[in-house]
This record gives sequence, structure tokens and C-alpha cells, in this order.
Amino acid sequence: MTMRHCIAAVAAGWLAGSAAMADDLSVTATWLHVDLPPAPTLSNLDPVPEDLGRAGAELAIKDNQTTGSFLGHSYELQTISAPPEEALEAAKAALQGATFLVTDARAPLLQAIADMPEAEGALIFNVADPAMALRGEGCRANLFHTGISRAMWADALAQFLVQRRWSKAALIAGPRENDRALATAIERSLTKFGLKPPARKDWQVDTDLRRSASAEVPLFTQGLGDYDLLILADEANDYARYIAYNTVLPRPVGGAEGLRPVGWDRVVEQWGAAQLQSRFGDLAGRDMQNEDYAAWAALRAVGEAVTRVNSDDPAALRAFMLSDAFELAGFKGRPLSFRRWNGQLRQPVPLVHGGAVVAQAPLEGFLHQRNELDTLGLDKPESACAAYEE
Amino acid sequence: MSKRSPIMRHGAPVALAMLLATPAVADEIWITNEADDTISVIDLTSLEVSRTIPVGERPRGITFATDYSVAYVCASDSDTVQVIDPATGKVLHELPSGEDPEQFVLAPDNRHLYIANEDDAVTTVVDVQSRGVVAQINVGIEPEGMAVSPDGKVVITTSETTNMAHWINTETQEIFANTLVDSRPRHAEFAKGGAELWVSSEIGGTVTVFDTESQAELGKIRFDLPGIHPDKVQPVGFEFDGDEGLAFVALGPANHVAVVNAETYEVEDYILVGRRVWHMAFNRDHSLLVTTNGVSGDVTVVDVAARKAVKSIKVGRFPWGAAYRPVD
Repeated sequence: MTMRHCIAAVAAGWLAGSAAMADDLSVTATWLHVDLPPAPTLSNLDPVPEDLGRAGAELAIKDNQTTGSFLGHSYELQTISAPPEEALEAAKAALQGATFLVTDARAPLLQAIADMPEAEGALIFNVADPAMALRGEGCRANLFHTGISRAMWADALAQFLVQRRWSKAALIAGPRENDRALATAIERSLTKFGLKPPARKDWQVDTDLRRSASAEVPLFTQGLGDYDLLILADEANDYARYIAYNTVLPRPVGGAEGLRPVGWDRVVEQWGAAQLQSRFGDLAGRDMQNEDYAAWAALRAVGEAVTRVNSDDPAALRAFMLSDAFELAGFKGRPLSFRRWNGQLRQPVPLVHGGAVVAQAPLEGFLHQRNELDTLGLDKPESACAAYEE
Repeated sequence: MSKRSPIMRHGAPVALAMLLATPAVADEIWITNEADDTISVIDLTSLEVSRTIPVGERPRGITFATDYSVAYVCASDSDTVQVIDPATGKVLHELPSGEDPEQFVLAPDNRHLYIANEDDAVTTVVDVQSRGVVAQINVGIEPEGMAVSPDGKVVITTSETTNMAHWINTETQEIFANTLVDSRPRHAEFAKGGAELWVSSEIGGTVTVFDTESQAELGKIRFDLPGIHPDKVQPVGFEFDGDEGLAFVALGPANHVAVVNAETYEVEDYILVGRRVWHMAFNRDHSLLVTTNGVSGDVTVVDVAARKAVKSIKVGRFPWGAAYRPVD
């Protein structure tokens, strides 16, 4: 598997107009996939693509390569897939040859990678773990986050509720640890935006919902009282897909199903996004998903910094990426940038359903003294991250 | 296509009424409706839509031949440039365009069309007489903005994701320089007889001015609208008035057009127009400016001297390009 998908570092012979540019630069990045079996779900309708994340990284390298060809900069991606017990060693080996590591590793492995001596001075990008702790007390100075956090996810949903004046939310929390963490994030966001705590039930049904949803779900949702939106905390979309239209009250669902906050989704097409979608589709033969977008954004951020700084020195690139001068055109209608207090990529969060974008947070009217995007996720005073300077 | 009503498609009743009411012919502005696959023709005397012309899929860039004998339209999703008879609205023939043509510029020789192929990172050069592809030039990702110098010697392609203006020598059809601009360049125009090149950057929120001779940056124009978050100030299309003393810059979702002094690069004014303003065209004496408003599905007619919007005209969905046509 190792090095399976190397992209040629030098493009075809059309390096035009680079004569006047400075010294040639060669940038190598690594995509590290940690091969964990996906959480078991009742339905197999949405299998996790084998190249999830990696395809986004490959597209970013291609994008960077095109730009770099005019500047004498070249980009290369090495891709590694390793089981969890071997991932640390794999990361160590990769970091010896490449200072930029994009990975779908999750905490605590992710922090262990960032803490290795080999990772000092490297730039590591988290594309898959939405944990708030990674943006808070568990942050690392060499660890950036280009996927959205649970806090951003939940804040987007809460802003929607406030804007629509849907003042009452109900919540079903899945049984897994990550679902509980998401439920906590939802409760936090509702409080943050002045909404009442939701009526909450923890999911306990263990029958095969493919057959029994119409019998089980009305009963289960009876105890929630009246509400405007039923939020489903179910990151693997295990039970959530069986809830809509089976609730005892005729109310919409949101969260894992229905109205979904996303980092990216195939229905995002405004702001030139259709072009990114089509480039990705040509490359990967499937729709672009959250982790693909996060990996794309990570390596595009590196490429943008290399282009502007004209250097491959990670310290110089890190400083530039955290400066006011950095802006990434991320096809979401606003320039994206990194939070100086925890390395999170600021970005709008589309709220989508199966066929279209419903709204895009930050929603109109949610203001912030620094940047409206900071109404989503851990703002500076809320983040307990000490590893970043600001 | 079934989504268009037959009446809108041919515009016959409207056109007939116009003919009866105003026997004198009027100048026009043609608007491409990206999501309706039509062109709305604005009659500049009545300020009404006089004709709706069906064209290929996802029409965006539009321009007329230098003698106005034909109109060229980028039908992006049909992967073609359509050549249209301006009098009848009939598609005469199609030109090879490369994949996904978005925007183009016609060289002063009235013969060479430089087309940005958005999905392909290529600029295609087409000879409109022989109807053949003369050259394809590799450019950055998502080429869009196209400009040609008044002497026809230099063509510019800007690429949205590569964030560059690519300078093409039209004699060799090769790139001779690349200049970085702020994020997501959208539109380019030569100014002051070709001495300057202006490039707008949508996400960067700026317009960069270059010296054509040296390709050095002369200045950068920024916009500051009270009450509108800087992230929403996204310069896209722009045009110069007749004597090039002023530039009018569409600011996208800020829903305003900025009036920029082309000498000092200072912003003098902001004019409120429709939602997500894209491109624009002047009338004959430059007393009126018509802007396309992508989200609100209309165009705004601006009184240039008063710097005020005077009328909104409903057109099709996602109006994108605008081109002036004199009718004598």
C-alpha cells in the first residue's frame, strides 16, 4: 500500500513563464490513512470509499502542481495506509521525508503522532477527528484542523434554529462515545445561542430498524414532548436514517439525517463549487465528501502558502498561514483562514438535505467583532488551547 | 427544453407590441441567463425585455463581433460557442470551443476568439472565419477572466484557483509572463490605451493594477462599504467609462457597484444594485450602465451621471454576461 499513489513531481513539458521566478522548490506531502474498520451500521447503503480523504489530497496536489508549474514549484504526494498499531511508525517514517502530513488519524493517536520528535517543525493536518478537545486543551502547535469540529457542526444547527425561531429542539443521542460527545456539543451550542436545553433521549432500540422503524420510532419519540426539530446525534448514521417520518409528531429531523451540517457535500454548488465538484468527480469517480474536502483544503493551504511565501520552510509557512495575509479560496463564498489560537480552519458550514443546500452558516445576523466565521466553533476565549501563541 | 414556456421562448407577443409602439429601432443590451439557457434582450429605449432568445446550455460569456454582425455566446455546458444573428436571434452555427467555455475575448482583428475553458485549465484560440482551433494554451486552474490589449498583441487569462494573470503573446500563442494576484481572480481589462491591466480578485476583495510594459504592480484597489462585512465585498466584473476616467466595479454579494477613479485608484462612490452583481455593459453614450444580478434574477439600470439605480428589469435566472449592441 505504501507509496501506492505517488503523483509525478514534475508536470509535462509546459512549464511556461517560470524563468523569472526564484529558485525551484519541491514540496512533498504525505497522506496517512489509518485503516480502522468503520463502525458497524444497520444499513450498508453508504459504504465508506476506500480513498476517502486521499482523493481530496490528490486533487489538491494536482491543483498546486498546475499553479506551481508557472512558478518553478513542484508538489508530490506519498500515500500510506497503516493499521492503527503501525500508524505511529508509518508517520515517523513519512515525516523523515516530508514535513507536511495530512491524516485521518484520530485522537489519541493523532496527538501521539504530533508529539513525536520527528514531528517537531512539521505541519500536521487533522481531517477526520471533530473532537473539541483537539481544538482545546488537547491541541498541539504543529497540528492544524481543516475538518469542522463538533462545536462548529452544532453551532451551525443552533444558528438555524434561532434564525427560524424554532425555539424547541429535541435530541436523540446515539450509544457510542462519539455520539455522546456530539450530544454534549449540541447541548452546549443551544445554550450558547440562548435556546432551551433540548428534551433528550438516549438511543436504546436494538431491533432491526429496517423492519421495525414504523413500530419502534413512534413509541420512542413519544417521550420527547413537543419540539420544532428533532436532532439526531449519530455520527455513523446508524439509527438516524430510520427516524424521519416515523416520529410520533410530524416534525422535521436534523443532525445526522434531514437537515445536516456538513463541511462539504455533493449538493454544495454555489460560489464556483460546481467546478471543484466536477474536478473531484473526474479524478475520483465519486462525490466529494467531508474528509475529501478537508484534505483538499489542507494541501491547498500549504500550496497557497508556498506560492505566496515562495519558500518550503515549514516555520515560515506556518507563520504565514496564521497571519492576516493568508486567505484560501475554498468555494464557500468567503475567504478561509486559520484561527491563531488553535489552528482550526475557519469556514462556513452548509446546512444541507439530500437534494440542496438549505442555508449556510454563519447565518445572516450572527455577528462577531473579528470575523463572522468565528461565531462557529471554539472562539478565542472558549478555547483552552495553550500550544498556540495567541 | 420543457422548462421554458413557448411564449417566453420566442418572445413574439412582446416583440410585436414593441414594434407597434415604437417604430424607431432601439439599441440593445444582451443578457445571458445562466440557469435558463436564454438571452434576454433589453431594449434601451423602453428599458424592457424585447426578446428572449433560446441558446445552448448554461450561457455565460457574450460578445459581439467588432462590426456587430454576429453575437458570440459561450454555451458552457454545451461545450460550444454559438454564433447568433443579432437581428433574428437565430443560431447561425457553432464554433469549436474546447470544454466548458466560460468567458472569452475577441481580438481587434475581429477574427481570433480567445476562450477560457474553465474545466480544462486551457485557453483555446479559435479562428471565427475558418471555424478551426488555432491553438490551445495551458493556463492555471479554472481560467475565467479574459482581456485583449487594444493593439491585439497581448491576451490575458486569469485563473481562479491558481490566482494568476497569464500574459499571452498573440503572435506565438505562448505565455510570456505570469503575475500573482489575490484569491480568485475573475475579470481582467486593459485600461488607458493598453498601458494598464486591471484584474479583480473575488475572494481577495481587491482589484490589482499592473503596468502592461513591465507587468509590475502599480497599485491595489480595496473597497470599504459601511455595514457590509469585508468578506462579502467580492469584486467581479468591471468596465471603464468612455474616457476611462472612471471604473465601475461589481462587488458581488455586497450588492453594490463601486465607482473608482482610474487615475488615483480611489473609490469615489458605491451604487446599490441587485443581489450578487456580476457583469455589466454601458449604453451608446455611456449615460446608462446595466448590471446583471445573479441572485435576484434581474438587471439594474444605473444612471451613470447621477450614480443611482433608476430601474430593475426582470430577466431570466442567474443573469451573467452583458453586451451592448448598437442598432442603426
